[in-house]
Amino acid sequence: MRGCVWSSRALSPGLLLRLLRDARCCGHRLDRQGPWGSVRLLATAQDTQPVPLPSQARVVICGGGIVGTSVAYHLAKLGWTEIVLLEQGRLGAGTTRLCAGIISVAKPISIESQMADYSNALYERLEEETGVKTAFVRTGSLCLAQNQDRFLSLKRLASRLRVLGIACNVIKPKEVVKLHPLVNIHDLVGALHLPGDAMASPPDINHALAVAAARHGVQIHERTSVNHVLMEKGHVTGVETDRGPIECEYFVNCAGQVGWLRNTVTHSTLSKFCCHFVLSLNLLVMDMDGRIYVRAWQGGILSGGFEKNPKPIFTEGRNQLEIQNMQEDWDHFEPMLNALLRRMPSLDSCEIHQLVNCPESFTPDMRCLMGETPGVHGYFVLAGMNSSGLSFAGGAGKYLAEWMTYGYPTANVWPLDIKRFGNLQSSRTFLRHRVMEVMPLLYELKVPRWDFQTGRQLRTSPLYDRLDTQGARWMEKHGFERAKYFVPAGKDLLALDQSKTFYKPDWFDIVGAEVKCCKEAVCVIDMSSFTKFELTSTGDQALELLQRLCANDLDVPVGHIVHTGMLNERGGYENDCSVVRLSKNSFFIISPTDQQVHCWSWIKRYMPSDPQLHLEDVSWKYTALNLIGPRAMDVLSELSYVSMTPEHFPTLFCKEMSVGYANGIRVMSMTHTGEPGFMLYIPIEYALHVYNEVMSVGQKYGIRNAGYYALRSLRIEKFFAFWGQDLDSFTTPLECGREFRVKFDKGTDFLGRQALMQQRQEGITRRFVMLVLEDHDAELDLWPWWGEPIYRNGQLVGVTTSSAYSYTLERHVCLGFVSPATAGQNPTVITPDFINRGDYEVDIAGQRYPAKAKLYPFSSLFAQQRRRKDDMELSNFQGK
Amino acid sequence: MAAASQLFQVIRGMELARIWPRARFLCQTCCQFSHPCDANSGPKQHTWRGYRTSQAWHTYYLTPPQVNSILKANEYSFKVPEFDGKNLSSVMGFDSNQLPANAPIEDRRSAATCLQTRGMLFGVFDGHAGCACAQALSERLFYYTAVAMLQHETLAELESAVEAGRPVQPVLQWHKHPNDYFSREASRLYFSSLRTYWQELLDLSTPGEGPDTAEALLSAFKRLDSDISLEAQVGDPNSFLHYWVLRVAFSGATACMAHVDGAELHVANTGDCRAVLGIQEPDGSFSALTLSNDHNAQNEEEVRRVRAEHPPSEARTVVKQERLLGLLMPFRAFGDVKFKWSIDLQRRVLESGPDQLHNNEHAKFVPPNFHTPPYLTAEPEVRRHRLRPQDRFLVLASDGLWETLHRQEVVRIVGEHLTGVHQQQPVSVGGYRVTLGQMQGLLQERKARISSTFEDQNAATHLIRHAVGSNEFGAVDHERLSKMLSLPEELARMYRDDITVIIVQFNPHVIGAQ
Repeated sequence: MRGCVWSSRALSPGLLLRLLRDARCCGHRLDRQGPWGSVRLLATAQDTQPVPLPSQARVVICGGGIVGTSVAYHLAKLGWTEIVLLEQGRLGAGTTRLCAGIISVAKPISIESQMADYSNALYERLEEETGVKTAFVRTGSLCLAQNQDRFLSLKRLASRLRVLGIACNVIKPKEVVKLHPLVNIHDLVGALHLPGDAMASPPDINHALAVAAARHGVQIHERTSVNHVLMEKGHVTGVETDRGPIECEYFVNCAGQVGWLRNTVTHSTLSKFCCHFVLSLNLLVMDMDGRIYVRAWQGGILSGGFEKNPKPIFTEGRNQLEIQNMQEDWDHFEPMLNALLRRMPSLDSCEIHQLVNCPESFTPDMRCLMGETPGVHGYFVLAGMNSSGLSFAGGAGKYLAEWMTYGYPTANVWPLDIKRFGNLQSSRTFLRHRVMEVMPLLYELKVPRWDFQTGRQLRTSPLYDRLDTQGARWMEKHGFERAKYFVPAGKDLLALDQSKTFYKPDWFDIVGAEVKCCKEAVCVIDMSSFTKFELTSTGDQALELLQRLCANDLDVPVGHIVHTGMLNERGGYENDCSVVRLSKNSFFIISPTDQQVHCWSWIKRYMPSDPQLHLEDVSWKYTALNLIGPRAMDVLSELSYVSMTPEHFPTLFCKEMSVGYANGIRVMSMTHTGEPGFMLYIPIEYALHVYNEVMSVGQKYGIRNAGYYALRSLRIEKFFAFWGQDLDSFTTPLECGREFRVKFDKGTDFLGRQALMQQRQEGITRRFVMLVLEDHDAELDLWPWWGEPIYRNGQLVGVTTSSAYSYTLERHVCLGFVSPATAGQNPTVITPDFINRGDYEVDIAGQRYPAKAKLYPFSSLFAQQRRRKDDMELSNFQGK
Repeated sequence: MAAASQLFQVIRGMELARIWPRARFLCQTCCQFSHPCDANSGPKQHTWRGYRTSQAWHTYYLTPPQVNSILKANEYSFKVPEFDGKNLSSVMGFDSNQLPANAPIEDRRSAATCLQTRGMLFGVFDGHAGCACAQALSERLFYYTAVAMLQHETLAELESAVEAGRPVQPVLQWHKHPNDYFSREASRLYFSSLRTYWQELLDLSTPGEGPDTAEALLSAFKRLDSDISLEAQVGDPNSFLHYWVLRVAFSGATACMAHVDGAELHVANTGDCRAVLGIQEPDGSFSALTLSNDHNAQNEEEVRRVRAEHPPSEARTVVKQERLLGLLMPFRAFGDVKFKWSIDLQRRVLESGPDQLHNNEHAKFVPPNFHTPPYLTAEPEVRRHRLRPQDRFLVLASDGLWETLHRQEVVRIVGEHLTGVHQQQPVSVGGYRVTLGQMQGLLQERKARISSTFEDQNAATHLIRHAVGSNEFGAVDHERLSKMLSLPEELARMYRDDITVIIVQFNPHVIGAQ
């Protein structure tokens, strides 16, 4: 074990060749034979005679960086045996070697903070567990804010962290000086202090994990590269390495940028300085506005940053044995150096030790990739750490290990699930462009409703140009362009595009007008991005399959639409969709846009291999137009010469009709918002015609275009939950008040029935509620977004999942889950009283706003009454 | 010119205040002739270094806008128009500029699009002993070339149009800077010479026959030079014109001309202007490919040619002190009838000429060892190059540029300006003890340097800025630039030659598709 310590000491200065030579005898250990001798003793042998690879294993993990070893460690802990870890170079020779060694919970989404928090705890006990010195120190960290917007985002982060039970303090600049005397506070407005954040030496952590894993029986083989993965009938059967094949059931790709096409690499810069202020500097400082971080490092200072203009390196699938140090580029570092000296002017006289450029892998949406790949069973991926490898590796490794063991992780990792991407997002050009945008975003201010600027206009509706010329502003989901809202002619367009604010956005009135039109006349929303599948069979296999997958009863008359969830064994939503029975044995399944990959693989997983049963992705075949509003039926009946009144066309009903000249339009009486209206599923070649007809006929009914923001406002005030935002695989229909969509006695034992039965018996412990903010001034107060903590009688009970301004109620409405604080082991069952009695508050960036919790949406009657009352008050006022 | 560059070298690094006596150089309006009387005086000049001129301009610096207005006075840019969003021409456009050192400037430049045939023409003309010959070339050479490239049928139509007094289809579309003038008086004379040329071409060619570009260039060069010579011998009843044609013939000019048609590039060169192609390597850096040979004493081939054309008895005198007959630096040139006509002919022409010539010592001066004329030819070397997608631009420039910047440097500067990428030498701390503060200062300086280079829209201006203002580190130094540009007229020629640059940018997509 002595050797371990030795070697890890040798590797961490591996960043710094020059220092090494000074530091006595460590220098020669840097060469190839050196650092990892101890691991080899445990697992493989010396170079001269590598231990032969086993011919068989259960799991083969490819990639010996910190992520790969973490997965191996957690799998071993969960009782897996026959785990083989293959590393093409040396352990931790990739980005792990160049990582800054920061473990911080300041991450943009909760699941990431959660992973970092776990990693933190894991690394802390590693030294004790393995005896390997990991240089782990809980130093705490400071996130500085130079402007109010940044401060707000830090406050939001703080309230999110409090939900997770992570300690944090929002502090004033004066307190910053107390914590860290070197920081220049003159241009600061505040800071966030995270006392739990830590620093460690990444190669040592990597080493410690490897040692721990090896103790649990993981076989580690260095200098072995995986050439390809063998598959049979969609299952992994083994891997082909340069030292022979290994049979295996599971393959885990943790090869970072080397292995997975989806990640591409850009630079981030890291520099190290010698410094005389060592003692006073024991805290990590992150100055996101200056795009830099500073930490103490081996008797000096280490500072790095994420530049605004990264330099891309694209490996184009070439195999790089180990990531080479890139040449130092001071000119590139100049802006960050300026920021550093501005933040800590006293560093001016520090001597420069070295500048290192490190490659990092990035994903198209700044989140890592995790999970089983669609289409291949047993092929798991964990990669694309977006330069937070050390922070995430522990938690991510744990979740992936759980995923492989139980079939699902213990937390909702959908934001990281590899299935959130389609094939489309792996084009090289797309990656090149997007990655250049993503990297600077790491430290960029994250404001609500952010859209990527690059890699756009990939998938569009045939109406894209028409809508664009009418002033549409676009956002992107799963590569598909969707209109947010339509800027009326004559508005200042430039200002609207730059709306970056935590307060009332400038599109407020535009969306308001669209919503009003939906309520009173009729609007068209292009909803072509929805995922659309067709399931057909010769016999009743299709029905059988759907009855098994869906909680609702699908044995309905032809032409009926059924809203249903597809649940997993735990009763949680894997998908929330609308299924139309087109004929006796064919069904049309409409799912959310980002379900395209996930839903496909979910259905495929349970689909018997029956040549008579056929599933087809028809998303691209149909353009979907949503006609929302009371006059929608007038427009449609004029176009089709058929009466569309509720008597003739009841809700949740689908009929193939002709609209204008076009035949075979699937007209469905639903709108996804709770408002009256129709969805038209139009074969794409008719899309423009039908749109033009609808618009010209609709003219006299006051028709106009509307975007997704209007839709969002409408559905949230109607208490409609959306999958991916409100619903996830941990939410059951009972928890969100959708018991009426679960048919326990439909005669088929659908997936999740057992769990739901049990839950019905025991009662639910969390409940989806609607919170109407009171005393919240939409003009002046911060707007809710999602992820805000919910307090009941001053006690934290949950978080919001989505929110919108309701133009009808003239209030903000938040949707979210609440659950009573657990007393002891048994979670408390929630009762309507719990919801109805209690003073609720929503915490927006530290400020609490009282809210009214509701279990049911307001009827439109309420709104009408309210309006009438307002009118009366107004007339009284005028009368006086 | 070698002398000029030598002086330049000497002065480099010295303060400009230490200036040599002005009077000595007042007579030296043209450096290409070095008078026999001061041929040996070169070394002595160094002893006068300590001399100081008045303080008045010693302390005077130009502001950056003043520098820019001087540098940009002659800049010209042309972008080949796009059709339907697509640029179908292999030439995207060109940037050109010139910076005078002589007063008036003796360099000329031309650029034009051939209308009757396809392709574009670019030319740089470096005059000596006055600007007359270079001026004539800039007006006439392209017409000769364009006509020489015409099909038989087009020539016939041209002739019949002129014959019948119908309007003539234009042959060239010029791309001229306002300062690039054409002489009005001589145009009739020039036209009639040109017409005689195409009539001859018409007689020599057969219908349906298209001339080869290389041959056409060769023929046009030689024909124009003989026309210049003939016009001077014949004279003109108009005394001003007579004087003019004599000035053209007795002055000289070198020419470097490029013709680009699709992926076909022809470079015809007479004298010591140069055409260099900028090639972008796969790694993004630029390398230079010279497409013309300089015709001067540095070119051994040329020395051999000149010696072979004259009896062995003259072998020592024909090239002397790296000059033709000890006088002329370029070994090929237009005009310069002094080196082409027999002494008899020269006397006869001068005597019949207008009075102004009698006072001109220079015209009367006969080169020493003048036994077997002609010593000089205008015959160009023509080189054909098939453009490849990596060929990004062509730099045509007079020797004023090539003396100050190495071609590799030229190509790098232009390439980086055009691509907007600046590959500065990276800074490395390697072993030194540098503090963060020092590093910050250094980096900010470097950044400022980069941003200054972007103030030039015109690549030719950018190149001239470098040629004139580069310091030892290859970076533009404002102080130096300011000094070089504020030299008094009579001194400027000591520090630099006229610089004329044309940078033709190619369209790799069009070239790649061909």
